[in-house]
Amino acid sequence: MTGLPFDLQLLNLCAALLLLVSFAMLTQRRIVNLVNLLAFQGTLLLVATLLLAWRTGQRHLYLSAVLTLALKVTFLPWMLHRLIRRLEVYWDTEPLLNISGTMLVGLLVVVFAFGLAQPISALASTATRSSIGIAIAVVLLSFITMITRRKAMSQVVGFLSMENGLFFGAMSATYGMPMIVEFGVALDVLVAVIVLGIFFFQIREQFDSLDLHHLESLKEGATVAQADSIVEDS
Amino acid sequence: MELLLLLATPAVGAVLLGIWGARRWAPELNVVMSLATFLAACALTARVIGEGNLLVAHEQFFIDPFNVFLVTLTAFVGLTTSLFSRPYMRVEMNHGRVSAPRLRLYHSMYQLFMSTMLLALTTNNMGLLWVAMEAATLSTVLLVTLYRTAASLEAGWKYFILCGVGIAQALFGTILLYFAAERFLGAEGVSALLWTHLNGIKGHLEPVVLGLAFVFLLVGYGTKVGLAPLHNWLPDAHAEGPTPISAVLSGLLLNVAIYAVVRCKVLVEGSLHSQLPAKMLMGFGLLSVVLAAFLLWRQRDVKRLFAYSSIEHMGIITFAFGMGGAVANFAALLHMTVHSLTKSAIFFAVGHATQKAGSQLIDNIRGLMTLSPTIGWGLMMGSLAILGMPPFGVFASEFLILTTAMREQPWATPILLAALGVAFAAIFGRVQPMVFGETRAGRLPHPPALLPVFTHLALVLILGLYVPPYLADWYRAAARLIGGG
Repeated sequence: MTGLPFDLQLLNLCAALLLLVSFAMLTQRRIVNLVNLLAFQGTLLLVATLLLAWRTGQRHLYLSAVLTLALKVTFLPWMLHRLIRRLEVYWDTEPLLNISGTMLVGLLVVVFAFGLAQPISALASTATRSSIGIAIAVVLLSFITMITRRKAMSQVVGFLSMENGLFFGAMSATYGMPMIVEFGVALDVLVAVIVLGIFFFQIREQFDSLDLHHLESLKEGATVAQADSIVEDS
Repeated sequence: MELLLLLATPAVGAVLLGIWGARRWAPELNVVMSLATFLAACALTARVIGEGNLLVAHEQFFIDPFNVFLVTLTAFVGLTTSLFSRPYMRVEMNHGRVSAPRLRLYHSMYQLFMSTMLLALTTNNMGLLWVAMEAATLSTVLLVTLYRTAASLEAGWKYFILCGVGIAQALFGTILLYFAAERFLGAEGVSALLWTHLNGIKGHLEPVVLGLAFVFLLVGYGTKVGLAPLHNWLPDAHAEGPTPISAVLSGLLLNVAIYAVVRCKVLVEGSLHSQLPAKMLMGFGLLSVVLAAFLLWRQRDVKRLFAYSSIEHMGIITFAFGMGGAVANFAALLHMTVHSLTKSAIFFAVGHATQKAGSQLIDNIRGLMTLSPTIGWGLMMGSLAILGMPPFGVFASEFLILTTAMREQPWATPILLAALGVAFAAIFGRVQPMVFGETRAGRLPHPPALLPVFTHLALVLILGLYVPPYLADWYRAAARLIGGG
């Protein structure tokens, strides 16, 4: 690593920290901390984007850094914290898989991600091509977070972290997507979180809990009782 | 100009109905906006027929025979569904199942949903296509949960999470596509994600990266199509939302998702020079057909029954696009048209039937023929049409697909035939007692809006008997464009 310029070393540090944050998310059970980790992940993305913008002189990266700052570092964590306070969900229940098991699966996933990234990195001409593997690993680890959690809120944090991973991937492979697409994606994420906010209150109103095991009745053949209850409503 | 009208009308409609969506005349406004959208779509079609392909707004929008026919179809079904939703939502409101604010939400989101689908169909930018698809999901999530019952909340959550994760895969696929193209088209400007440009250089794109991209794109958009292992959200979302939404989800959104998959397939096939994309489409398609046909037997809820039937038909269409070639593509496009018309007609009839019976359970719906012969006949004819009975259009397209399969992929024919047979028995066995069984319930208190049902079925019948030459040319042009085989 001695030959690398300082800014590239910093970028690699950001990438490594991103991966670390994803592992931390995998094991974190306090939802407030999970949101803080998400905010930290956003900050790392911001730093990486700024470094890359400065290094390559691509103006649209500065714009996308502003977007990241507004949405991922400030607005989303604020909104999620507000939701947590108003819904009073602080802890997730025991994940479906215990922590050491999850970690092991996570390690395997990282190896797989680097294997998947091999052909892409080989073709990429960007300075950051080595972090494509990390981006894919972040996406897959977030995916595991979503699978192993029961609380709706943790799943959403996993979902947003997956989006962060994709964003980082786009940045490392191609210095970001065209601006119009990035704006569109940011808008979608924003709307998604607002829709989710509304949605959480609906779930709460109905079940008095945000635990997703209430949402498991719609399986084949199990709909009868509910369909009947709908009839009574009407 | 027509394009601007087409995209702006539903967007303006969404805003207007966001303000006045709970007024007495809101359903009429909804119909008027949908009618305006349909007229704009007709104008656009006339222009494309007259002048050929359109490429406007810095090449961000691209209209060719393939998408213009879907645009017209989408606008048309959007119009008829708004006609159906007028009396349907009134009754729901009188029953107290939707309050005024929810009705406002419903009307506004309905228009927004139309707008996002039309954007997805007309855009030339693969990134915008993704954005529009995601927006289409988001605009319908709150519609699925409109009744706020436990089951509808669960369906909405499943819909949101599964489609959200699915569509995230598609975003990754899009990034890979951009990555492969950027080396040839340059990062300056946004030309590297424009479909027309990608299509021009598809032979030079890196096959390894495009192969990977296609896997992600297929899984991503395939989730929205409802292809078999990723279909879980579909029956729930169709069954728990209001029936007009089931009709547009099934008749339109699935088509738009297939459209996205096919656009990607054209690019990837040109780069890979191999059968991989075709084989993947055929595999997923066949799996969906078979799985759906057997799951049909376990359904006790009429809307879930027809939702599974949608999965089956999406499987058939995907399989046909996978086979590729002029005839199979032609048949797949025809099947998309007739399926969307027939299925929305069925949902209209089912909507009235469930309101009448006060239940979605098949066992509780009996004797539609005595309650209201028009609903009974509508449901019966619709079911016969969707099951591929001649002389309806579904028969023509399924016949074309099967004969092509016999020639090109003989191994798949018996599987397809068996699945179609199983599905026939399952659906017919359930619809028959619903229509002809005994009942004690009284007659319907309100006149059902069955004009849309019979308009759709008449169109399907006409398509089955005779495809007008200009329409056939149109399909052929689109089929050539998709190529493959």
